[in-house]
Amino acid sequence: MGSLRPPCVLTSPHSPFPTRYSPVQPMANVTLRSVRKTYPGGFEAIKGVDVDVGDGQFCVLVGPSGCGKSTLLRMVAGLETVTGGEIDIGGRVVNGVEPADRDIAMVFQNYALYPHMSVYNNMAYGLRNRGMAEAEIKTRVEEAARVLELSAMLERKPRQLSGGQRQRVAMGRAIVRQPKVFLFDEPLSNLDAKLRIAMRVEIRKLQRRLNTTSIYVTHDQLEAMTLADILVVMNGGQVEQVGNPLDIYEKPATTFVASFIGAPPMNLMSTRPEEIRSQLAGSAAADAGIVGIRPEDFVITDETPAGGLVLPLTVEAIERVGAETFVYGSREQEDQRVAATPGELPPGEVIVRIPGTQAPAIGARIRVAAVRAKLHLFSDDGRTRLKG
Amino acid sequence: MVEEEGFRRYIAHIILWIGIAIVAFPVYLAFVASTQDNAVIANGQMSLLPGGHFFQTYYQTIFVGTSGSTREPVGNMMLNSLVMALLIALGKIAVSIISAYAIVYFRFPFRMALFWLIFITLMLPVEVRIYPTYKIVADLHMLDSYAGLSLPLIASATATLLFRQFFMTVPDELLEASRIDGAGPFRFFWDTLLPLSRTNMAALFVILFILGWNQYLWPLLITTRDDMQTIQIGIRKMITTTDALTEWPIVMATAVLAMLPPVFVVVAMQKLFVRGLVETEK
Repeated sequence: MGSLRPPCVLTSPHSPFPTRYSPVQPMANVTLRSVRKTYPGGFEAIKGVDVDVGDGQFCVLVGPSGCGKSTLLRMVAGLETVTGGEIDIGGRVVNGVEPADRDIAMVFQNYALYPHMSVYNNMAYGLRNRGMAEAEIKTRVEEAARVLELSAMLERKPRQLSGGQRQRVAMGRAIVRQPKVFLFDEPLSNLDAKLRIAMRVEIRKLQRRLNTTSIYVTHDQLEAMTLADILVVMNGGQVEQVGNPLDIYEKPATTFVASFIGAPPMNLMSTRPEEIRSQLAGSAAADAGIVGIRPEDFVITDETPAGGLVLPLTVEAIERVGAETFVYGSREQEDQRVAATPGELPPGEVIVRIPGTQAPAIGARIRVAAVRAKLHLFSDDGRTRLKG
Repeated sequence: MVEEEGFRRYIAHIILWIGIAIVAFPVYLAFVASTQDNAVIANGQMSLLPGGHFFQTYYQTIFVGTSGSTREPVGNMMLNSLVMALLIALGKIAVSIISAYAIVYFRFPFRMALFWLIFITLMLPVEVRIYPTYKIVADLHMLDSYAGLSLPLIASATATLLFRQFFMTVPDELLEASRIDGAGPFRFFWDTLLPLSRTNMAALFVILFILGWNQYLWPLLITTRDDMQTIQIGIRKMITTTDALTEWPIVMATAVLAMLPPVFVVVAMQKLFVRGLVETEK
């Protein structure tokens, strides 16, 4: 707090905005301290969230629909009231501050462009409301349009633009403001799959270049993995795990995170059935209630790795996606574990991910094995990850 | 469009022409009558072709008036009607868009109660509450004034409901984006909601203008001076004559003139009007 960064021309030479607009940019970390949201009806949407997003970091909130991630973002934006805890932007508690005065900019899922205004006016509107000089507005809007390749469309109305272009205008409206924090509310979910990937990369590049603290909400775990500096996995109004995306992938803290992050999801199995218990006996893994194995950590083999896990399967279905193939198998013994989260596989079903297109025939009986180091062990309720 | 073959198409066209004829003939007849000599009409020997009194009759109608019952020139009546219809249409739009804005976008005590109160007034047409309304207007000394003609008709539950329905289809994100862009309630209303409501306002204007223009009962009650009467009352008074022949050419000319402003409004605003009824500009 209070410490100043050097002019951004020194930190990012490719910044699209020359330093004269904001020669000194204050630190803008966003800190949430036991933030709660209880609706008047008594429904608790956010049950105490602590997150710390450092200056210039890209934080992604991910979770299934209804987990409270959008609500949390809207609370940071000031569009929802905070019923408990503190939201701190750049060293200032903003709980009671109007959205316009929080120095944030938001990109909405449906873009929320003003339909009757031209692209130029859509971007200029917020600046005009702040009483900025028209010449300065022009410079900023044209600069943003150049960066976003919208220069040729400044006079068009939003309805004359394609989905991707509208998305860019929404981005432009955010960046001309040069806010402390960008907030993204599922900005790519209205685009088709190809464009989504392209825009995902653009957003990341842009954020790196501007070096603006960002909070991004998505339900798409792939988007979350690829964009995030810090990933926050949410479920039921609570944070399940916070961390570097790869750390979360490799060491999910709960079975929820394990099955939510990664596609196809991690195989989760109860250790109760004899078939599995006998193989884990005698190791630290014996205490675990649930064992998880990522689909790519299984190999189809007749060998038995020491300390690992071997499962006989009957092949039920094959999905070839080109570079890899997913084999869906069912286990011989029924698994009593009830599927705990929406993304999780039905009990008794196992997915194996193998490279290439060679796959066993449907109905074939195969053996799959995973080495000891690739087993994820969880407590009985799935809420705790066990060392092992 | 379905392209019908030969004969069937002619049948369809013939039916359509018959329909047009049924609607248009009385209008044509009124126009023809307005160009004939009164004596010819009184004889019951009116030709179906326009006569030669067009300029004379219309000049007299607009600038002089009938020689008998109402000595008011129709030009003045039209001005009264125009002012009343415009005040009613614009007043209704202004009042209802503002009240709809309050009901949709603000949280205040008794919001729903107020909404239902407005809604219930739909069930009370002017005729039902005509005595108390008259009493109020009379007590406020607004008889024989434009205010008296238009104010009681300005409150509109229908228009309020229409705007409410439209505002509810405007995505919340627009309001939120405005808030983040630093626009307060007034700015949002002026910069975003009003421009978006343009087609709705145009459609309403057409309907309400015609409604105001065609008012009969209320102007009849509260205007007593000749120079304040509206064209609809004027026509009625012209027909009833006690001691002289009804001046039919002038009556018909007045009827034709009474038709023109609504037709003009519809034609001028047709594009916006249709768009306002069938689609919402998103």
